[in-house]
Amino acid sequence: MDELLVNDPGKKVILMGNDAIVRGALESGVQFVATYPGTPASEIGNDFYRISKEANVIFEFSTNEKVAMEVAAGSSFSGLKTLVAMKNFGLNVASDPLLPFIYTGSKGPTVIFIADDPSCHSSAQSEENTRAFSYLGHIPTLEPADAKECKEFTKIAFDLSEKFQIPVMVRTTTRVAHQKMPMVLGEYKKNSSLARGEFVKDANRFVTLPPRVLGMKTELIEKIKKMQLAFEKSNLNFIDRGSSKATEKRGIIASGVAYLYVKEALKELGLDLPILKVGTFYPLPEKKIQSFIKGLKNILVAEELEPYLEKEVARLAKDANCKLEIHGKDLLPEVGELRPEYVTLALAKFLGKKYVLPRIKTKLAVPKRFPQLCPGCPYWLVFGGVKKATEGKNVIYGGDIGCYMLAGMPPHFLQDYLSCMGSSIGIGHGIKRATGQKLVSFIGDGTFFHAGIPALINTVYNQSNPLIIILENEITAMTGHQPHPGALGAKVEIKIEDVVTACGVKNLKIIDPVQQQEFIAAIDEFLEKPEVSVIIARHPCKFVKKV
Amino acid sequence: MANKSILKTKKEDYNIVIAGTGGQGVITLLQVLAEAALIEGKDIKTSELHGLSQRGGSVEVHVRFGERIYSPLVMRGKADLVIGLETQEVLRALDYAGPQTVFLVNKYFVPIPLEKKMTEGEIVDNLKKISGKAELIPASDICQESLGTSVVAGIYLICLAANKDFIPLKPESIKDAIKKVIPQKYLELNLKTFELAKQK
Repeated sequence: MDELLVNDPGKKVILMGNDAIVRGALESGVQFVATYPGTPASEIGNDFYRISKEANVIFEFSTNEKVAMEVAAGSSFSGLKTLVAMKNFGLNVASDPLLPFIYTGSKGPTVIFIADDPSCHSSAQSEENTRAFSYLGHIPTLEPADAKECKEFTKIAFDLSEKFQIPVMVRTTTRVAHQKMPMVLGEYKKNSSLARGEFVKDANRFVTLPPRVLGMKTELIEKIKKMQLAFEKSNLNFIDRGSSKATEKRGIIASGVAYLYVKEALKELGLDLPILKVGTFYPLPEKKIQSFIKGLKNILVAEELEPYLEKEVARLAKDANCKLEIHGKDLLPEVGELRPEYVTLALAKFLGKKYVLPRIKTKLAVPKRFPQLCPGCPYWLVFGGVKKATEGKNVIYGGDIGCYMLAGMPPHFLQDYLSCMGSSIGIGHGIKRATGQKLVSFIGDGTFFHAGIPALINTVYNQSNPLIIILENEITAMTGHQPHPGALGAKVEIKIEDVVTACGVKNLKIIDPVQQQEFIAAIDEFLEKPEVSVIIARHPCKFVKKV
Repeated sequence: MANKSILKTKKEDYNIVIAGTGGQGVITLLQVLAEAALIEGKDIKTSELHGLSQRGGSVEVHVRFGERIYSPLVMRGKADLVIGLETQEVLRALDYAGPQTVFLVNKYFVPIPLEKKMTEGEIVDNLKKISGKAELIPASDICQESLGTSVVAGIYLICLAANKDFIPLKPESIKDAIKKVIPQKYLELNLKTFELAKQK
């Protein structure tokens, strides 16, 4: 049996943050899961994809994160205990349905898992701090620091959602989501069968039309105030005094994985300071923060990325302790993830202690090793063919999100712009209309289904003539080989050529790039067309299991 | 049994960094080490990366265990053991190394396209300047020769490290962790690797 499904309360196991979230949701009795893969959140979906049948959980990989969020809202409106998970960029896409979902509130308890990726280990496009959304949408937000808290916070988030009838967001970062540690399993009662919800009509609750929508906003703000009161007392926010003296005038406020680095740094420097560990980023336990900073002279706020918490502390200090000296981003980087040595150095400076980072002097610097397409990957043939066909033609190459981002790295160098999911087509159309230059854009099949279709329709409707190469490898390869609507073995396989044709594309060829001559000839021909052209480069990823 | 002086008292944190290239199985090694530490009742934190970083690029995982562990990342200069599954990749982990660090380096090169190959001699000489405790071990060749595959070179290295007391975990705990982590299909091969590392 899958380790995540074992009912052995008290058993100590090692789980990764994302797996701990799944276990926490199972222990909470989750009934419905919708997700779209994206590192560092992917394992949440992978786990449910693997176990949902045995666990009697309704599960889907939705077409994109916006749809996943809408599906989750529908499930919640129908009374089911619902989980939705995605990476940070997914939330950008899903923010449209998310904001009204916070207004309507949840009926079935609902938890939204978002994973940020400071330092962009697995993220193109931007280094995002999802906590900004908490303000934008009045979204209750919990921030676990370690894998054990991932499990605990998940269960608490479901309870909070049930009590306050509002979706609760749990925000992790790479070093939390992909962190492993031991934890104790709780009671798990498997669902006896797939849940059957009921949608009970209630327009007052589920229809966000004005003027009702403003009433909803008022109710939402009331809910948040009540949650804030609860968070003041909750041990999601706790003061860790260690062995520091009660007269200590220096303190630390930390959230997320930064708390672990603070603990490590204190150990390294051989001292203890009181730490307020903030687990509820929104709403903040303002009174708890104020009472913590009241007697202090100076404080260090340790958080990753933008100083949202630091700004709040500065605001709260105006009333509570206007002489408080506040440090944070003056000592810690705002760009890139924190690391234990950064926090140690910051803490040493904060305390006026001398600390020198150990540094090794060696003559040998190893050159960068770029990630490569797998041996046998069909994209080798796609890039090789495009390179041959377009040599000397001054063509612009548009990139998109997937393994084929490697087009931008050696030895390919076929990527002149790269932005978000589906954007190779939209940006390509804009460049074409603005310049008339020759342009080839690459988009994978999963990405095409995710966000490429509206942009393709736009290109046809607003009449420009890029060549769009859809790399159909039958799988969502980069995030760990999840299925998608066009994948082999899908219950109802949606054929990309049918979609492309239905969008009004006249110049369409489906070619296996193994047929290099045919592929190159098609590129040559299509680059001269006055209308948009599409080549579907069809060859499965070598990890696709034949069905 | 080698150098007992390297073995730290069990109360201290023990920090391991494993560097390699994508596809060498670093995450499996992380799991084996973490489970072995759990068997011995230790607190553990690990860190790994997934996604595009796996595609043959450089990979690096951190395993920390002891009485109470906070950070999932090893602090700069604090690694007790650095394992290089590929000879050049070990150099990327040097930030974590200090005079206490033991280096175990697999004699196995994955060339970096368009770059001049560094010699293993140059690499090991530099490592020795840091701590004097650097060993180049032809783990891939040994496994290929004795077991017919080099895929278990990483398992060989961690078993060897435990046997040589470079890791303060009992070899038997590593063996039990292998039984827990490695899928049935590959278990026999991995247990043979464990025995092979014992003979050295």
